[in-house]
Amino acid sequence: MHPALQGLLTIIIGVGGCVGYFYSANLFLDKVLFKPEGPNAGRNINRANMIRPWLFLLPAIIALGLYLAYPVVATLRLSFLERLPGNEFGFVGFENYSKMFAEPKFIEAMKNNVLWLIIVPAAATGFGLLAAQLTDRLSWGNIAKSIVFMPMAISFVGAAVIFKLVYEARPEDVAQIGILNHLYLVFGGAEPQQWLQIPFWNNLFLMVVLIWIQTGFAMVILSAALRGIPEETVEAAIIDGANPFQIFFKIKIPQIMSTIVVVWTTITIATLKVFDIVFAMTNGQWETQVLANYMYDKLFRANDWGMGSAAAMIIMLMVTPILVWNVYNARKEMR
Amino acid sequence: MDAIAGRKPIVVWALNISVVLLVLLWLFPTLGLFVSSFRTGDQITASGWWSSLFASEQTLQIRAADPDDNRVDLGNGRYMVEGNIFGEEAFGGKMTAWGTSSRNLGANAPGDTADLGDGETFTLNADGTYVWEGDDDQISGRAQRVFVDATTPPDFTLQNYNFVLFDENNSEGMAKAFFNTLTVVIPATIIPILIAAFAAYALAWMDFPGRAILIAIVVGLLVVPLQLALIPLLSLHNAIGIGKGYLGVWLAHTGFGLPLAIYLLRNYMVGLPRDIIENAKVDGATDFQIFTKIILPLSFPALASFAIFQFLWTWNDLLVALVFLIDASGQTTVMTKQIVELLGTRGGDWEILATSAFVSIAVPLAVFFAMQKYLVRGLLAGSVK
Repeated sequence: MHPALQGLLTIIIGVGGCVGYFYSANLFLDKVLFKPEGPNAGRNINRANMIRPWLFLLPAIIALGLYLAYPVVATLRLSFLERLPGNEFGFVGFENYSKMFAEPKFIEAMKNNVLWLIIVPAAATGFGLLAAQLTDRLSWGNIAKSIVFMPMAISFVGAAVIFKLVYEARPEDVAQIGILNHLYLVFGGAEPQQWLQIPFWNNLFLMVVLIWIQTGFAMVILSAALRGIPEETVEAAIIDGANPFQIFFKIKIPQIMSTIVVVWTTITIATLKVFDIVFAMTNGQWETQVLANYMYDKLFRANDWGMGSAAAMIIMLMVTPILVWNVYNARKEMR
Repeated sequence: MDAIAGRKPIVVWALNISVVLLVLLWLFPTLGLFVSSFRTGDQITASGWWSSLFASEQTLQIRAADPDDNRVDLGNGRYMVEGNIFGEEAFGGKMTAWGTSSRNLGANAPGDTADLGDGETFTLNADGTYVWEGDDDQISGRAQRVFVDATTPPDFTLQNYNFVLFDENNSEGMAKAFFNTLTVVIPATIIPILIAAFAAYALAWMDFPGRAILIAIVVGLLVVPLQLALIPLLSLHNAIGIGKGYLGVWLAHTGFGLPLAIYLLRNYMVGLPRDIIENAKVDGATDFQIFTKIILPLSFPALASFAIFQFLWTWNDLLVALVFLIDASGQTTVMTKQIVELLGTRGGDWEILATSAFVSIAVPLAVFFAMQKYLVRGLLAGSVK
């Protein structure tokens, strides 16, 4: 069957199934299980209302449980196991972890990831704040914002191709087609550079891609936060003779600090999971390995589920503080 | 505020210029790819894309027509070939000089006759017509090469798109991958919305024990990296017979998209006015009716926000498709995977790479510009608290 037709059929079955489930389950509850009539009408209505929320929640709970909660436990379990011939597993304790920590490629991935985690959120938030502040009172600010925001819609893989062209290096005697090398030569560089093959610095060139994508996100949110600042505070500062820099750093920044933290953590999570960019641009060669790509290597190239799962658990471990903090904040808010 | 502080013109200028620079910096990479996708492979390697936007001074290396079929016998053992160096099509550029070897580039002016030695001559006019004379030996075999210095106007072509999208013989074309991506994306966007809408309503407006804990769990699951889910779920899919395929990838995207969907929709629904819902209840509406007749239509902005997120995310996804969809047959490859393949096999063919990448980028970009309002709203609802 043609995939498009199959897709159409799935949409109909999937959507129809969902609607059908919600509708018929609701009907069943009201008309069959607990009829709101007869001597027990009142009790039945109450009972039906006790069950209904769970009816509405059931598909979501199943999907969340199966696709997000169960894998955390299963991956934790797999990280302590070793795959034996014949689809058997043997318990090896922390051996996967100790083997992994002894691997230079893993240490390299950890180091790089830490570097990513420091630089990308800081740079993206910084640029985002700058863009938000600069465009705020410009007549064509919205157009400028749209353009800075645009990379959000571009896939990591698409961005990888875009930046590979930027970093492209050609032999010295022919025309450069990568703009970076072109500029490098114009401004006095000796010879074209293979930017993605210079250890350490190539990490920065990869990070540029993610910063380029995430800045728009930071800008949109921080720009809304800047607009939410009460005008009086700024006016008072102007009357007191503050200069624009003082206004920005001493009046505006402190008032949007909580938003900056949210933006920072959101980008941190995105950075932690970065996979496609490295996979498509260097595939971890030339010392650019990161955790997510290391994990993919282990799982699907080396077929080592134990170590792959251990690497995944490391990523989970790094997310956990943010997870706890988010849950804590959400609960505080609900009260 | 501006009114009291006043603004010096120089500050306004500096502001405008810095924003222009910022915008250019952000636009340039994408623009490079976009422009390159409309140039032929030769053009891309001959000069940087930025120079193609303007008329450029170029040295074109052209060969005259093959002499053996076209030569005219002049008698006395003399032969002549006549023709136009630029072929049938009119040349849009302007010839400034030409030469007959790479050592004497630009040695002749248009209209000159170059002496090639031993009585062989070559005359080239500005419009490209040429006369090539010599003896039997000279006017045979391979044709004369000419190096033309010309100012060529910007020249763009759609042939890359033709090749990448519509060429039946192109085994690395994007047409199939495009439809595969579409097949993944549409169900993977619609199904989670439906499931999440009901759950969000229950979490926002229905009272039951455990509600607060459920909301906390959803918030926690928001940040769980999907990397954890790969192996356990692939094993699960294999065990229950789904294997690798569309069903698996739809289910996976549904699961991974749900926390954000529930979170966004719940936050929005909680903010709807309580009066409307209570009035409806007093009038005897059931929860199901309230949901379908009141909440759902009122929540349209939030639904649209999430739909855009999920659409962008599933369209641009590589990892989930690699793990849950693409099998050894390669029949179900999606565009992102296809582009990664091309990066490996056709790393230097920028016309193919740029065009393929742009085909995959174009749809999300169109959605982005058309629905930016909802995207921004969704971002704000999802992050600012």
